[in-house]
Amino acid sequence: MKLDHSQPLEYSTGQNNLNIFGFWIFLGAEIMLFATLFTSYFTLEHRTGSGPTGAEIFEITPVLIETILLLTSSFVIGLGIHAMRLGKQKAMISFFAITLLLGLAFLGVEIYEFVHYVHIGAGLQTSAFTAILLTTLGTHGLHVTFGLFWGLAIILQVKKCGLTPETANKSFIFSLYWHFLDVVWIFIFSFIYLKGMM
Amino acid sequence: MEFFERFAVPHPSPAIYASMVVIGLSVIAIIAGLTYFKKWGYLWREWLTTVDHKRIGLMYLISALLMLFRGGVDAIMMRAQLSAPDNKLLDAQHYNEIFTTHGVVMIIFMAMPFIFAFMNYVVPLQIGARDVAFPRLNAISFWLFFMGAMLFNISFVLGGSPDAGWTSYFPLAGTEFSESVGTNYYMIAIQISGLGSLMTGINMITTIIKMRAPGMTLMKMPMFTWSTLVANLIIVTVFPVLTVALTMGTMDRLFATNFFTSTNGGMDMLWANLFWVWGHPEVYILILPAFGIYSEIISTFSSKNLYGYKSMVASMVIISVLSCLVWAHHFFTMGQGAAANSFFSITTMAIAVPTGVKIFNWLFTMWKGKIRFTVPMLYSVGFIPLFTIGGVTGVMLAMSAADYQYHNTMFLVAHFHNTIIPGVVFAMLAGLTYYWPKMFGFMLNERIGKWTFWLLSIGFVLAFFPMYITGLDGQARRMYTYSEATGFGALNMLSFVGAGIMAIAFALIVYNVYYSIRYSPRNIGSDPWDARTLEWATNTPVPEYNFAVTPQVNSIQPFWDSKKKGHVLFPAKLDKIHMPNNSGMPFILCSIFFVWGFSFVFAIWPLVILSTIGIFACLALRSFEKDHGRYISVEEIIETEEKTGGAKL
Repeated sequence: MKLDHSQPLEYSTGQNNLNIFGFWIFLGAEIMLFATLFTSYFTLEHRTGSGPTGAEIFEITPVLIETILLLTSSFVIGLGIHAMRLGKQKAMISFFAITLLLGLAFLGVEIYEFVHYVHIGAGLQTSAFTAILLTTLGTHGLHVTFGLFWGLAIILQVKKCGLTPETANKSFIFSLYWHFLDVVWIFIFSFIYLKGMM
Repeated sequence: MEFFERFAVPHPSPAIYASMVVIGLSVIAIIAGLTYFKKWGYLWREWLTTVDHKRIGLMYLISALLMLFRGGVDAIMMRAQLSAPDNKLLDAQHYNEIFTTHGVVMIIFMAMPFIFAFMNYVVPLQIGARDVAFPRLNAISFWLFFMGAMLFNISFVLGGSPDAGWTSYFPLAGTEFSESVGTNYYMIAIQISGLGSLMTGINMITTIIKMRAPGMTLMKMPMFTWSTLVANLIIVTVFPVLTVALTMGTMDRLFATNFFTSTNGGMDMLWANLFWVWGHPEVYILILPAFGIYSEIISTFSSKNLYGYKSMVASMVIISVLSCLVWAHHFFTMGQGAAANSFFSITTMAIAVPTGVKIFNWLFTMWKGKIRFTVPMLYSVGFIPLFTIGGVTGVMLAMSAADYQYHNTMFLVAHFHNTIIPGVVFAMLAGLTYYWPKMFGFMLNERIGKWTFWLLSIGFVLAFFPMYITGLDGQARRMYTYSEATGFGALNMLSFVGAGIMAIAFALIVYNVYYSIRYSPRNIGSDPWDARTLEWATNTPVPEYNFAVTPQVNSIQPFWDSKKKGHVLFPAKLDKIHMPNNSGMPFILCSIFFVWGFSFVFAIWPLVILSTIGIFACLALRSFEKDHGRYISVEEIIETEEKTGGAKL
């Protein structure tokens, strides 16, 4: 494997470059996935049948907590990648661990939110609106869940092998993924919750 | 026993029982054969675990040909049923199942793997690369497609086939009107193979953007590579839409949600829109690579470089954009109003412009060329007029006001077969004949090939042109019978005869393969067609590393220049080559996906959970696996080059 030392570690081999480029394409596909979900959401938003509307079930407090948790986690993983570029493995692992803990907390609040919705009669089968709401939020939530396991695997590998071109590459790609989930959440926050509460 | 009752076929018939026996016997025969000839190890080492783009391409090719015959049998049964008025060969339910599986198999499990076969085999060779960007992901793509196809194909012996059409419109496809598990198969099998297609999309884009040989700028790429790039950009754009639509459909059927139902706010038109937002670009995913293959073939056999290269590229890019803006023309009659219909009418007609540019470019490529009428060239020349007729009837259908007359008639069926068969199927057969010597080291027999071409073309015209007339007279598609008073009998009989001739042509292809394996000469060298692009600069058989030395590119036809203008193709010296290792993981992962899909279809939840854990366990194992590939030493390269006739060092 040829190493290019003029590049950061995560870009230093040919395969690393391919991985990052390929992942950007994958994120493009993910954008289409969520765009489809949002389009469907806007189509079905007011088709509530006999169930509740968004304004009736949305509450600002848990949503705001989720937003703060996820946005902070995105900032922290940025710090993690910065530490990685400086070669500070311990700091990087700590930042990644904090990221995942914040993600876990986010997921906890979201699960609470889902249980609450079902409890007040806005379950998956209630209406087209509740189905697309829970599917859109759920798809994002599943992405976060997957990210928790993925991030954990990466922390273990960095711990075991240190910062190699391979682990740095994986960590960088994971950070792209995590930032992407944050971006999706901003759209969920603005166009599902805030718009729904207006 | 109650558990097993769910696997019973809801509408059994002697034909289905016979297929069960045939499937059972063939499985036994395959297992017995592999054991008797001691080929299990060979199968595992050389094929099931391979990550080589060429072998994966061949596996796509074999699967596509098998599915071609599966879908072809459906087609013959349909035409036989319609050959006479009030025919009793099939009942309504079987007819529904057969036109549904015919559509799905032909589009998703025949045409898609067929183009993937050529993309996989040809693109890395055309751009001078050693493999695709992510070889193991490529294997996963193939096995996902394969397992999806197998899952779909067992539907008619376990639980019943889908019967709501290949478009699976709701509420017909909902549990209320489609009670059997058939539509579950549709939703989940397509989901699994769709995931594979998406990964291929990512893989191909990365390969083409990042791994081209030095000197090959974007505007010096061969036309097939360009068409692959554009088609894969469409794949990455629209397959996620299908993923979401299928997920919602699955949830409606299995979890009683209300996305597409008629109650509690559900909206059946959302399915139609999402389906066609994917479905229309999908036909361009198929046709653009077909155009690419025609471009290569017409240029080679006219002994000229491609006319209008830049306009060819621009046309494809414009088509790819427009293809995403036309989806509502599939349901002009379903009530979206005059303004929307006008918009989609105009965008649809606009696609004819770049397509026309391409047609003229092919004609001008042949103009004053030294044309050799080989089998691939015959298909390409036959394609131009036949496809143009299909395109013109497409413009007729695009006029939304007139579409009220044609909608859901045989006219539409004639139109899209008229574009897909001369467009895609001819291209695939042309590509098969053209690339066969590179893949297997001998040519397919030209004489039998020419018979095949003529039978196929005549059969096609006889089978589909009568449908234009009966369609305009009001024969509806998807109706299993018609009365004698309609007067459709004679023309439908003609269609049946045409379908029969096409069946003979397809049988001839099989015979041609058999004949050529036995009698074709093997000393054809590595460039039997006197071609122009890099894939022909490799040895035959192509070594696993493709090129011993990375080629240097100067124009859109570097190999031609090296033959005629003294361009030095391989300037560098030999060095050891890094290659990826084989892996059993893709096959195992996708086998678990098969179990996952199967248990999802029948809602066997414990197995769903178990297989989901299995899938993630495979991903985790892969993450922790240390596999840096291996190196092929210079000595080994020299040895291989000598064995494969390599005077190219």
